Amino acid sequence: MHESMLSYAQRRYLKVAIGLCALSIVAYVWHDPLSPPNGGTWLGYTLGGIGAALILWLTALGVRKRSYSSSLGTLRGWTSAHIYLGLALIVVATLHTGFQFGWNLHTLCYVLMMIVIGSGIFGMVVYLRYPQLMSSNRAGAKPDVLLEEINDLDQRSLRVANEMPRRFGDVLRSNREGTRIGGSTRAILGGLDLSTINLPSAGGSSQQVANPEQAALLDWLADELARSTDGELTKRIGDLLSVIATRRNQLRRLRRDAQIRGWLEIWLYVHVPVTLALIGTLIAHVVSVFLYW
Amino acid sequence: MTTKVAIAVVGSGPGGLSAAARAAEVGVSHVLLEQTAAHANTIQKYQKGKHVMAEPNILPLRSPMRFEAGTREKILGEWSVGLDEHKVNIRYGSEVVGISGAKGDFHLKLQDGSEVLAENVILGIGLQGNPRRLGVPGDGLPCVQYTLDDPDEYKGETIVVVGAGDAAIENAVALSKQNTVYLVNRSGEFSRCKDGNLALILKTIEAGKVICLYSTQCASLTETPGGEKPYLLALNTSTGDLQLPCDRIIARLGATPPRKFVESCGIKFPSSDPTSLPVLSTSYESNVPGLYVIGALGGYPLIKQAMNQGYEVVEFIRGNPVAPADEPLLAAKFAGIPGHRSVSETLQAMQQRIPLFTEVNPLMFRELLLGSTIHVLNPGEVVFKRNDYTNSFYTIFNGGVEIQIDDNNPAKRIPLMPGQFFGEMGLLSGRRRTATVLAGKDCVLIETPRRDVLKLLSSVDAARAVIDQTFIVRAIQSGFAPQAKTADLLPIAAKSKLNRYKAGQVLFSEGDEADALHLVRSGSLAVLRSIGGREIVTSYVAAGNYVGEMGLMGNTRRSATVRATVATETISLDADTFAELLQKNPALRSELEETVRQRIASNTRLQGQDNAGALISFLLKQGLGEATDVLLIDETLCVGCDNCERACAATHGGTSRLDRAAGPTFANVHVPTSCRHCEDPHCMKDCPPDAIRRSPNGEVFVGDNCIGCGNCERNCPYGVIQLAGPPPEQPSLASWLMFGSKKENVFGEVQGLGRKHHHHHHDDGHGAPKAVKKAVKCDMCKGQDGGPACVRACPTGAALRVSPEEFVAFVQQEASRF
Repeated sequence: MHESMLSYAQRRYLKVAIGLCALSIVAYVWHDPLSPPNGGTWLGYTLGGIGAALILWLTALGVRKRSYSSSLGTLRGWTSAHIYLGLALIVVATLHTGFQFGWNLHTLCYVLMMIVIGSGIFGMVVYLRYPQLMSSNRAGAKPDVLLEEINDLDQRSLRVANEMPRRFGDVLRSNREGTRIGGSTRAILGGLDLSTINLPSAGGSSQQVANPEQAALLDWLADELARSTDGELTKRIGDLLSVIATRRNQLRRLRRDAQIRGWLEIWLYVHVPVTLALIGTLIAHVVSVFLYW
Repeated sequence: MTTKVAIAVVGSGPGGLSAAARAAEVGVSHVLLEQTAAHANTIQKYQKGKHVMAEPNILPLRSPMRFEAGTREKILGEWSVGLDEHKVNIRYGSEVVGISGAKGDFHLKLQDGSEVLAENVILGIGLQGNPRRLGVPGDGLPCVQYTLDDPDEYKGETIVVVGAGDAAIENAVALSKQNTVYLVNRSGEFSRCKDGNLALILKTIEAGKVICLYSTQCASLTETPGGEKPYLLALNTSTGDLQLPCDRIIARLGATPPRKFVESCGIKFPSSDPTSLPVLSTSYESNVPGLYVIGALGGYPLIKQAMNQGYEVVEFIRGNPVAPADEPLLAAKFAGIPGHRSVSETLQAMQQRIPLFTEVNPLMFRELLLGSTIHVLNPGEVVFKRNDYTNSFYTIFNGGVEIQIDDNNPAKRIPLMPGQFFGEMGLLSGRRRTATVLAGKDCVLIETPRRDVLKLLSSVDAARAVIDQTFIVRAIQSGFAPQAKTADLLPIAAKSKLNRYKAGQVLFSEGDEADALHLVRSGSLAVLRSIGGREIVTSYVAAGNYVGEMGLMGNTRRSATVRATVATETISLDADTFAELLQKNPALRSELEETVRQRIASNTRLQGQDNAGALISFLLKQGLGEATDVLLIDETLCVGCDNCERACAATHGGTSRLDRAAGPTFANVHVPTSCRHCEDPHCMKDCPPDAIRRSPNGEVFVGDNCIGCGNCERNCPYGVIQLAGPPPEQPSLASWLMFGSKKENVFGEVQGLGRKHHHHHHDDGHGAPKAVKKAVKCDMCKGQDGGPACVRACPTGAALRVSPEEFVAFVQQEASRF
């Protein structure tokens, strides 16, 4: 009834792509030009023409994606074709070069194209794998629900701390203020925890320390627990420990969620701008070939 | 004053105004008696700026008074001009308390003791009645009001709303925005209001915006000059007396229906049923000669109808028999009928020939025909096809039709004769057509819209009985015994029972004795089995199918529990009747055995998949039991790009009708907040302008005549209707080119916990202030090529739409994946 974009229409576009590659390779092997194979032979021009047309058509996905009322196929069909024909472009364009590379505009064009395709492959892998990971990480609880839960846990722990010496409340409030989800692109993509906390130091002042995975706080609470001789206080610290452990788990899920969503999006920040650069270079490549050769 | 007028009109509503204006226009002596200080009191009481509709659109207006759709103010203004223009003799503040005498000499007694003499009387007093008063000492003080014109008029006051009905709730909630509001409820709960208003008031009370005093009664009201508030209301609460200082009291205690007064004038009603209407002749004359009834009191609640009747009744009194205003419309409708005669002859012939309509009052029948379409068809022409989503109702006036019940065997047809009807299955269950119907020779059909038929069924018991019985016979024919003759089935139908179940009610339990078979007429059922002490849903039965045949065939106890998922109607055949049916149709037994075999196989398949039952019950909880089409998202494929939402917004004036991220998820299946297109849509139940409709393809959509009242938003149990203003601004070209119009992305999100995490959508803040908000909901991209935009715009194939027919297959496929 429903399936991924790869298996769209019994992999129709995979077959088209394989056919295109096979045809290109056979022509390349069979073709015996006077000069060594290059973009200037009739086959070179043909492959170049097909390649350029493919690049423009592949870019058109961006337009089709936003033509919401278009009934020209489904977007899933377009995406499926985009993936397979984009991969076929590797073969077509490489044969077009005749394996002649150098420090020039033409090779730059090829390199940019390979970067676009490479980021596209990465994006495809991410699109196929990450939704499942995101779904199981969330287990039905959306990020805003998790945030709300964390807020509830904070309220709960502060209520417990109200019945305890003041330092507990101070530490919990500083923990809440120092909690970070993401913080930078690197932190989001790496799932890093840049949280900090102010813990009381020996001199009566407090000191900011890193608190990844709530570890510093859990250690501090464990320490307090070990030193406590007041039965009531010991019980309360125990309560706090379990609340903070839950908080850590929820924060971990939130960070993981942001990380997954980050990877689902970040590749487009390479794929799309480099595509625009590629089209600029491609125009320069075509114009220079016709004007100066 | 003892001069006698030719016509006294009681009540200056649309009908009364029109009648008096017509009398003035043609120079007939008349008087228009209005109880209050202004004309058209019911419309005066409408909310400020309310849009008044001019339904039925096709009906021409026949009145010296102007009227077309517009705001309350515009319409009242025009009528006020009309009163002056025609020099209508209107007497305000003249409440009629009694009418006596006879034609030519009526005495109308007024509240102030004076009397009006008239030859004829036209009663156009509507159904509103007089508001019930507070009934405590001090209820005449100026702070007590019985209506609320504009809730925004009051600010910073302490206001006590008395009552627990819809009007009281709506007023209290509207006032609570700018005032301190107390709601005095005589009982311990809200039992007289609509579901939507119940949810609304409980939410408002919970939020502390309205203070509700339950089980409380007003005791007295006194002025307190120099007190903190100008008035003091004494209350008896369940815990003792309470003195409440306040600025204003709004009493919404309902009204005394006018029936008592009408009966005191000698007018008879056919039954004691409060909804029954006085019997009127075709010239609107009651059983008292010279006493005429028009408008809502006579069963015509629409403004235009009442105005036309006001005009016509004056003409009748003048001895000038005019044809009703709809005459040319009907004549045009009937023009195509071969051998067509006059309108009244055709109407008479229809009522004679079609037993279903014989008992219907001629006035009502006219109205029914006005909404209907006449089809003159060639032999073999298709009336509708199996699986069409149309839900109108057909009666055969001439010739016949053939019902093709088996697509594989087109020759297998059931013929229907003139006077018979069809299409009642789709009408009653809201599901697709169960068979294809072809026209026969000389075929003339009357197609009546669902709404009009339901109105007929609710007012004419005889018609309801005929339809119910036929439904049962046809259900048996199409479900079990296509060969059985209707005549053979009639006694069986007579023995079958129509059952109604509430959502969640159990039809029978596992282990019960198998005593009956149920055909589902509307709604749907869940089949549950208890496995290891837990109840697991093993199957889902949609309308048009049956349950309970296993127990009857094998003479065993029930192997499963069956429960209604939504409000459901079934037709049950008891064991003896069923045995009788089997006896009459030897072939039926083997046919049923095959069904049983298939069902057992399907059940075992589902049971083999551990999560299938859990997934079914999750989906049923999300309303799939009453859905006809629902958007689901496969979370293993969804990359969260929100292209579905953007496609929806782009194709629907800038507001997305679905919220992808919202809604629950179970085992990778996510049910976004999006319309289920229910069989019997909750949103349609209470739409004043009748703006929510179902199209032939099944979509439930909101029409352009939405007045933005918000009833549908409150009535939808799935929260899929929003009131939206003008769309938000579009992103700049540059940002659109680079990254699309992503309204939220993970890199731009608020990172800290201390700050408020803002979630997208629900753009209440967007648009100009005070812009008219209208209800918007999924219309399944009605009228767009290629189907719903959300599904077409999904790049990964995660978004899909599922209808009840595909439901079990979908669950099997999903369950096999996890």
